[in-house]
Amino acid sequence: MRDALGRIQSVLLIGGSSEIGLAIVRGLPRIDGASVCLAGPDRPEMEQIATALGTEGFGAVRVLDFDACAPTDPKGFVANAFATEHDVVIVATGYLGDQATASQDPDMALRLIDINFRGLVPALVEIGQRLKTQGHGTLVVMSTVAGERPRVANYTYGAAKAGLDAFTRGLAASIDHAGVQVLVVRPGFVRTRMTAHLAPVPFSTSPDKVAEAVTAALGGASKTIWVPGILRWVMRLLRALPESIFRRLPA
Amino acid sequence: MRNTARPPGDGAHRQALTGWGRTAPTRAFVAHPAETAELAIAMNDHGPRGVIPRGLGRSYGDAAQNAGGNVVCTDRLVGRCELDPVSGRAWVSAGISLGKVIDQVLPRGWFPAVVPGTQYVSIGGAIASDVHGKNHHRDGSFCGHVTAIELVTGLGTQLTLTSNGTESEAFWATAGGMGLTGVITAAQLQLRPVQTAHVRVETTRTNDLADSMDVLNEADATAQYTVAWVDLLRRGRGRGRGIVTAGAHALPEELGATSEAGLKVPPNRRLASVPSVPMRAGVLHPKAMALFNDVYFRRAPARPTTTFAPIWGYFFPLDVVGHWNRLYGRAGMLQYQFVIPDHATDQLIPMVDRLMADGIPIYLAVLKRLRDVPGPLGFPISGWTLAIDIPVAVTNLGPALDRLDAHVAECGGRIYLAKDSRMRADLVPVMYPRLDEWRAVRDRLDPEKVMQSDLDRRLSLVARSSGYKGLLNA
Repeated sequence: MRDALGRIQSVLLIGGSSEIGLAIVRGLPRIDGASVCLAGPDRPEMEQIATALGTEGFGAVRVLDFDACAPTDPKGFVANAFATEHDVVIVATGYLGDQATASQDPDMALRLIDINFRGLVPALVEIGQRLKTQGHGTLVVMSTVAGERPRVANYTYGAAKAGLDAFTRGLAASIDHAGVQVLVVRPGFVRTRMTAHLAPVPFSTSPDKVAEAVTAALGGASKTIWVPGILRWVMRLLRALPESIFRRLPA
Repeated sequence: MRNTARPPGDGAHRQALTGWGRTAPTRAFVAHPAETAELAIAMNDHGPRGVIPRGLGRSYGDAAQNAGGNVVCTDRLVGRCELDPVSGRAWVSAGISLGKVIDQVLPRGWFPAVVPGTQYVSIGGAIASDVHGKNHHRDGSFCGHVTAIELVTGLGTQLTLTSNGTESEAFWATAGGMGLTGVITAAQLQLRPVQTAHVRVETTRTNDLADSMDVLNEADATAQYTVAWVDLLRRGRGRGRGIVTAGAHALPEELGATSEAGLKVPPNRRLASVPSVPMRAGVLHPKAMALFNDVYFRRAPARPTTTFAPIWGYFFPLDVVGHWNRLYGRAGMLQYQFVIPDHATDQLIPMVDRLMADGIPIYLAVLKRLRDVPGPLGFPISGWTLAIDIPVAVTNLGPALDRLDAHVAECGGRIYLAKDSRMRADLVPVMYPRLDEWRAVRDRLDPEKVMQSDLDRRLSLVARSSGYKGLLNA
């Protein structure tokens, strides 16, 4: 349960080695000894992270295997993850991939859709039910501004995230009367390992800034946030542009 | 259907609830049974998140909340208030407030044996929190004057528990049991005979915290009711200066009244009610509060003085302002109440100093001496208690109170569960060494662990192996 000061007792991170996810976990207000559950495909890396979190004042840190590319038994996975209830659940898996490849290789295209959207759906369905039953908590789902209007540079990734974004907002509408907050986070370009090979673009941000924005929105009325916040208006403008002009914008 | 909580699964009619501190809201299915049969329905109707009773919502934290589960409000369980005018025993429905009880019994020369600082607590809530009052040093807590409790357990069984009968263990697990042994539907109270509706009050100003403690100690030796209001916004030498009031029920001749006129219940006024304020941190400011405290202090006579006060104003001074908790703004407030045992008396001043050094603004502080109570989860132990009101929107409040928790636990003291909204679960067994004893009795009354609350989940009061009943296969 979150306490009177908004501090959490327990958090579940899906995408257990995600830089943004971990920045959010570390930035959340928490009681001393709060527990963490990391879920992802890369167990050795998550175990290292678990050890580090243990030295940062977290209490029990659990590591669970979860592969959005090859989900097996999502019901069992979520049941296991919810052996204790969670105040915050973060879904931060993400794979940008290479659009040039994905534009020509159907397998790669499908892989991007799987990791960023399809593979998460069964888990999200289960998590939604759990949160609805427990009647409290916040579900944070990492979307992206790239999902708001497709661009040549990353439309497969963008399409998958757009699917995730829409699915999550629908899920929100179906469970938020139960006292569950569902927060869709649409950052712009975030400087992480995933984007290290790309040149930064305007309105780029950092995992810590994303974490700050999530913490600020926690427990409030927000349903969708942009990081940085000005992107809310920039994207509104970009969505309104005629396609002919939009395509001529620099990538 | 007002009397039936909807089972989890049906989306409609979940209601957001908070405690008096207006922090950490959660949603629950709320039922308002008017009689025991309706209560049984609401109890049987529970889903995996169980049931918790709720009285008038005056617990500061999350004791009467149950996220995703059922909350049984006792506001319609108000049918009974039967006084035996000879013995002074009264059967009272759990949903009736202490103020209403006073209205009924005072004209006939009786008064509740123990009252807390507000009249707006239900009888059920007063028992579940085993509340204490200004006469605690002499008369103990509320449940010490409860002769029987009618309880509906999580199994739906109706029990009548007496404090010294065969079910005395269950009685004392229910006293201070935070509603987790079942729903109290009625109780028999042993009232106190009084001759007037007024209190003779001796008011003494004190110079600092140590002086407040000394004067309070002296007053305890002779007076029936004592309490110290202390100013903990004031820094330097006058830190903790305050006003000690010592009271006793007035006699008719002291008031110059006939015995009949003396029992006439004075008007129970609410002077104002605070509207919702949009500001996050409310309208109170440390500097304004410091000024208020200063005026309040100076208004009290410099030399010890005796006056007569109507019972309402004496026992329930804050009740004249409705919804005063809204003054603290949207972020809400908390009350931190701890007790430290006698042998740690010298720790009280360092504790307060540390809080002040941490920059924590203490808007209201009340000091009182306590003594042991029988219940395994009862708060009072022999020692000093300090209750302090703090706005939640204060920087570094979390770490500062966490340090104080540790200090209190180290001294053998404890935090009052009815007030708590933020302590750490692992300190509960340290502060309440009889927790397992309570759990054993509780589990016998409610083996299926139907009784659940946010407080219980946050502090792991009810022992659960892992996960919660039903959640793993919901």
